[in-house]
Amino acid sequence: MAYVAVKGGERAIDNAHRWMADERRGDQAVPEISTAQIAEQLGRSVDRVMAEGSLYDPGLAALAVKQAQGDLIEAAFLLRAYRTTLPRFAATSPVETATMTIARRISAVFKDMPGGQILGPTTDYTHRLLDFALEAGFTPQAAEQAEPDLAAMPRIHDILGHEGLIEADQPSDAEPFDITRQPLAFPASRDARLQSLARGDEGFLLAMGYSTQRGWGGSHPFVGEIRVGEVAVEIEPPELGFAIDIGDLPVTECQMVNQFAGSRTQPPQFTRGYGLVFGHGERKAMAMALVDRALRASELGEEATAPAQNQEFVIYHCDNIEATGFVEHLKLPHYVDFQSELETIRRMRADAEREMAHESQEAAQ
Amino acid sequence: MSLDLPGFADPVTGAQSCFRAVLEAMSRPGLVLEAGAGLTPPAPLDPATGAVLLTLIDADTALHIDPAGEAARDWIVFHTTPRDAAQAEADFTLALSLPKLASLPAGTDDEPQLGATVILQVAGFGTGALFELAGPGLATPRRLRIAGLPDDFAAQWAANHGLFPRGVDLILCAGTQLAALPRSLRISHVMEG
Amino acid sequence: MSAAQQAKVKSPRQLWMAVLARASAAQLQAHLADLPPLPAHRVLRGPEAGLVMVRGRAGGGGAAFNLGEMSVTRCSVRDAAGQIGHAYVSGRDAMQAELAARIDAALQNPEWHDRLMEAVITPLAASQQAAKAELAAKAAATRVQFFTLATMRS
Repeated sequence: MAYVAVKGGERAIDNAHRWMADERRGDQAVPEISTAQIAEQLGRSVDRVMAEGSLYDPGLAALAVKQAQGDLIEAAFLLRAYRTTLPRFAATSPVETATMTIARRISAVFKDMPGGQILGPTTDYTHRLLDFALEAGFTPQAAEQAEPDLAAMPRIHDILGHEGLIEADQPSDAEPFDITRQPLAFPASRDARLQSLARGDEGFLLAMGYSTQRGWGGSHPFVGEIRVGEVAVEIEPPELGFAIDIGDLPVTECQMVNQFAGSRTQPPQFTRGYGLVFGHGERKAMAMALVDRALRASELGEEATAPAQNQEFVIYHCDNIEATGFVEHLKLPHYVDFQSELETIRRMRADAEREMAHESQEAAQ
Repeated sequence: MSLDLPGFADPVTGAQSCFRAVLEAMSRPGLVLEAGAGLTPPAPLDPATGAVLLTLIDADTALHIDPAGEAARDWIVFHTTPRDAAQAEADFTLALSLPKLASLPAGTDDEPQLGATVILQVAGFGTGALFELAGPGLATPRRLRIAGLPDDFAAQWAANHGLFPRGVDLILCAGTQLAALPRSLRISHVMEG
Repeated sequence: MSAAQQAKVKSPRQLWMAVLARASAAQLQAHLADLPPLPAHRVLRGPEAGLVMVRGRAGGGGAAFNLGEMSVTRCSVRDAAGQIGHAYVSGRDAMQAELAARIDAALQNPEWHDRLMEAVITPLAASQQAAKAELAAKAAATRVQFFTLATMRS
């Protein structure tokens, strides 16, 4: 690859940006959308931008969505760029999803999970019919309330763990790998993979997860549990010497359960894939959990044959900001590159023509 | 308590101008530049030393603080929140006397950037032992007097320079001045101070 | 909840800092309105916006991994009464961070402690608790109440 410095486009670029700003605003007879409206009413877009931008800040994400005219990959790009301007003060204690303030919690494996099946604000049971009431403007009823059951909500591995039927968590206080600070190498550790997947493109992970269900990686997954809610975020500043809460963080967590035939060292049991994302993002959390499990193939002694089991393939291609950078750079001037290829093609054609002429001459003789 | 002593009055421009000075000092080894004027770090730190710490250290860097600098630890940690590290593992060492250069991380041939940077507070420039510096960044050799380096400095430096591209870099601070000795430099001892 | 989590009993200062971190600048100002002005203060650091790297655990309880960053604003002050106050609050509101640090400083001062607890911390804690309870009540209303149909077989 080579680039050539080209001058003279400045005015064209300025004018293009000016037109773009006007086009983004659209018909000025229509009221301008505010970032507060985006944050409040397009929450799933904002959540997705925060997850893929790898920065939780709804106000900034809403601004990015507005600036990018709703192009969510562009918005995530803007957020990623912004985060590089801020200093990092600390790392938090690992969030305790076990004590999450639950808005939604469902399991597809046990009907009578202790703590119950809590549907929360979901579209799962709608008919996907366009709701023209929204077009006209719509004031919803207040959400119904009921007396909460204060019983604990154990997780799937707390329930099956006693019999050893499901793999247990391996707690560790080791300092995790950080893909934003250390160069990735393969095979990558699970902490590095989970960090990559958490900021990975939802569409890419969805397709990869889907492929494992269709036989490319042979898993038979069940949703052990999905929970959506808020976790407290805690840091321990050195000047205080004790931990403090800095606020709450909405997250979605998915525990995917997969059958495992066992290996020389482990008896047959259920294994788990894990998904955790900022905001309300069930599709992403589920896809992440499927792919996390697929990427554990080598660790579990399974043959890694499918694309979703190939760490390098998945991790290097799941980041939509890297992907869009490399794909879209093809729009930049490659005039010199192309000129040299053009000359090569001309030369090859001339050679081929000479050869053909030579052959037909020989044939004629 | 040293928390009462402020950092840069304006953290952005303070850090940017000091960073520019460090960059200049590294690219023109031995050139003495101003840094940290107006900053009031706690004893035993000089303004330039404090400024370099505020500029280069943050939560992503591992810092070792020489026991002689312990009195300034609270201030340094409060304003820069470094990871605490043993000298043999630290990205940066704050020192008030030269540590044995050979005991510091020198990086690897693959990752020479992992070599340590020593922020060394010395007694002053323009007095003390005279050194001749030569190497990248210097069209002709430059002479610099540095007060406060040990007698075997030139020998230690020769061993450090011999590791290139591995090795340790020094940022020397005194009062409101700094100078840098990057590992690429050849240093010879001309005369005692 | 892990044993380590359950063992954590929060100190009064941790509790009030948690309440301040979750209150907006406007809420803090509203609750301070009926009190005399807070002691004069000098900023030691900030208010400055930055990030914290949020960590999760593989599987929910396993080894830590880096989930992604979150914006945070911090501020430290010393007030005229000599107390040092600190604040780290999620988001980018410099005014919230500075007010939270000033209130944290004043809360360590016996002359201010009871008044501030009564006027600021206790009511804000109650409204934060009420918001949590409302979420739990809305969630409870969406809990599936299974009932089993009796079969004809006997």
